[in-house]
Amino acid sequence: MNYDILITGLIIVAQILAVVVPVLISVAFLVYAERKVLALIQLRRGPNIVGPFGILQSFADALKLITKENIIPSGSNKIVFILAPIITMVLSLAGWAVIPFAPGWVVSDINVGIMYLFAVSSLGVYGIIMAGWASNSQYPFLGALRSAAQMVSYEVSIGFVIITVLLCVGSLNLSKIVLAQQTVWFAIPLLPMFIIFFISALAETNRLPFDLPEDESTLVAGFFTEYSSASFVLFFLGEYASMILMSSMTVILFLGGWLPPIDVYPLNVVPGVIWFTVKVIFILFLFIWVRGTFPRYRYDQLMRLGWKVFLPFSLFWVVATSGFLVYFDMLPN
Amino acid sequence: MILYSLTFYLFSSVAVLSALMVISAKNPVHSVLFLILSFVNASGLFVLLGAEFLAMILVVVYVGAVAVLFLFVVMMLDINFVKLREGFLQYLPFGALLGIVLVIELGILFLTDRSSNIYNNQTPLQPIVSEVENTKMIGQILYTEYFYLFQICGIILLVAMIGSITLTLRDKGGVKRQNIDSQNTVDASTAIEKKKVKIGEGI
Repeated sequence: MNYDILITGLIIVAQILAVVVPVLISVAFLVYAERKVLALIQLRRGPNIVGPFGILQSFADALKLITKENIIPSGSNKIVFILAPIITMVLSLAGWAVIPFAPGWVVSDINVGIMYLFAVSSLGVYGIIMAGWASNSQYPFLGALRSAAQMVSYEVSIGFVIITVLLCVGSLNLSKIVLAQQTVWFAIPLLPMFIIFFISALAETNRLPFDLPEDESTLVAGFFTEYSSASFVLFFLGEYASMILMSSMTVILFLGGWLPPIDVYPLNVVPGVIWFTVKVIFILFLFIWVRGTFPRYRYDQLMRLGWKVFLPFSLFWVVATSGFLVYFDMLPN
Repeated sequence: MILYSLTFYLFSSVAVLSALMVISAKNPVHSVLFLILSFVNASGLFVLLGAEFLAMILVVVYVGAVAVLFLFVVMMLDINFVKLREGFLQYLPFGALLGIVLVIELGILFLTDRSSNIYNNQTPLQPIVSEVENTKMIGQILYTEYFYLFQICGIILLVAMIGSITLTLRDKGGVKRQNIDSQNTVDASTAIEKKKVKIGEGI
């Protein structure tokens, strides 16, 4: 036996842990931040009991939920029922493998990074569909059906937005996408696509105003109505982890990843990972802000927005951008 | 190299087993889920071959979109698969014939001498990973040499799309639709009408 394989394996495991553990911790603080921001929007205090300023609230909640009894409905399809939250959680963590936090800070710097992210985020719907079907109950099933249609619709416009960015970069590698924004962040020339991507990201992560799969005022809790205890925690963690993943994707595609806003002295000595984190936090704040501000869309309005507004508009922008790049001979390589 | 073959056998065996489960599972939803597992493993095999773009396209198109709609339909329609299976023995010879034809064709394809056919002076079947990204290679060959075929594929898809829309489009009439533009242009002068109501009478 040679020890090379063993050592490489250990290094890979260490890299994975170095990404997954901070993500899970930031999920805990994101939940806390969301409750605090929503409380401020609604002129309440929010969690303030556990720890200083209630900062340990999420850990207390997680402990409480995990120690509860895990109820599996007798009419459910048990294997799929248990598999669904695990799939949601795994998929929301799998995407982090290709995210570059700073130059060279990436677990796997693959050539098709953005395609991988797109693929992983489009798989996220399976956790929801499987949960809804396996619960063998009306509300979760309705939630699952809604989610299936919703995610397929908004993926189309996300795909076109990604194509527009790729036209300007000439590579599918995420680090190259960031480096292509050294002169100007893509959020400025491609502002409409940035907005479309942000809204589609809201729909893709089932956040308000598009949280129809869980819609608590009509469907109890939507697809996870029958879930309790640890399996509920997995859904919860999965949702927030994929929220952070989508925010990182937004930052990489449009806000210049780890790059400082302008390349001048005091700004460019700040480590890239800090810039990256600050931008992700900003996008996450937008997610929460939107949740605190807008009412939920009706289902037909959601479909109309996806197919009749975003799809034609993003298609037009793909054509317009490629036409512009070809006409002024600005196509990358 | 050991790791490579181990992963290859892992992906291929899971792919074959889940493909078997697709046709043998009793529950149609389980069949679709096994189909998805099979797709994902096939895309793993593509990655091992160095065809990462095809692998991702397989996941995005088949797993992320087509299989979702499969699952959607299978879940929505209450298909009685026991009844569908009743004619299994009756169709068995026909199915076996199709299978044999497919195997013979594949055999002919793989056993013929490669040096004599059209692939003679083209790139080898296995892409060279270290050179140009295979996304770029696919693009360079798809949009130049096979441009017309690519366009024809697009037109076929368009025709299929229009066909399915015309088959399913039913405008029943009398359906209330939201007109967002007209809603947004409403103001007090168009929405409110002042009327003088005489005492003791309605409008």
